[in-house]
Amino acid sequence: MQKSSRLAIFALLELASDPERQVSVSEIGEKYGVSSHHLAKVMHTLGRAGLVRSIRGVGGGYSFSGNARRVTLLDVIGLFEDVSPACEPLDLATPAAEKALCQVLAEIDDIAKATLGAITLATMLKNIRRIEQRSAARTTAADDDAATADPRTGPG
Amino acid sequence: MADSQTAGALGQQISIRRAVFDDLDRVTALDARVTGLAKPDYWQDIFDRYATRRLDERFFLVAESPADTAADATPKLLGFIIGEVRGWEFGSEPCGWVFAFSVEPETRLLGIGERLFDDISARFRAAGIRTMRTMVARDNQLHMAFFRSEGMVAGPYIQLEKSLDD
Repeated sequence: MQKSSRLAIFALLELASDPERQVSVSEIGEKYGVSSHHLAKVMHTLGRAGLVRSIRGVGGGYSFSGNARRVTLLDVIGLFEDVSPACEPLDLATPAAEKALCQVLAEIDDIAKATLGAITLATMLKNIRRIEQRSAARTTAADDDAATADPRTGPG
Repeated sequence: MADSQTAGALGQQISIRRAVFDDLDRVTALDARVTGLAKPDYWQDIFDRYATRRLDERFFLVAESPADTAADATPKLLGFIIGEVRGWEFGSEPCGWVFAFSVEPETRLLGIGERLFDDISARFRAAGIRTMRTMVARDNQLHMAFFRSEGMVAGPYIQLEKSLDD
């Protein structure tokens, strides 16, 4: 996946997590460690696609204007890179080895597209929450273990 | 389809229960409407196998509308999900397999699928199962997106096939 696609997905997730919120390019850039210049180009493309709305003036920035339950990762990636089939249709004269390799690449391509095309921004936000909850639970469990550990039987 | 504001509330009002014989015609009809193919013999067989025997590890569940919100007094069947505990196939430890799932097209996005999914998940968990699996056609974006939204991810197995006509 190209850098622009990744940035676009991160920016959309940031904005879609709270559609009422306006976020500046520099805020998003800082969070993901990318230049505002590169991110501005990405946001411009997302704006043209109707996925974000630009708000001018003091306190302006961008807000989410798409449908998080409908927009998939493949939709976003398709704005920045070529998602056409890995192999063009081959004619009879194509060597068998090329056809066989093409078959393998097409298989990988189909699976990747089916995956990216089925994961919406809303699903990504749910996955992020699950990961955060799991991390929080592990941290709490580790803290509890540390608190209840008997120093007389502990290592060292 | 309902808007998203009413979706959650309606999804909570439906009831999920095990299928009984009287549901069979409605399950068959719903599947025929969704797939465009009526398979009464198949569904009779599925009912016999999954709704009448080894019920501690076989779950044929239906979602039903509350009687008071239906147009007539009879609750409507709004969806179904079927799964069973399968162990040691392909070397896998026992897991919960979901092999049939459908929601009435008119009532999608109301949270009915999620209620069915949550219910069968809880039953698998109560049966001691820690992993749930299903299989989805690559081009079935509706089901693929639904199962993904419920947290399902690609598992450690890859389905392979071969055309026997070649």
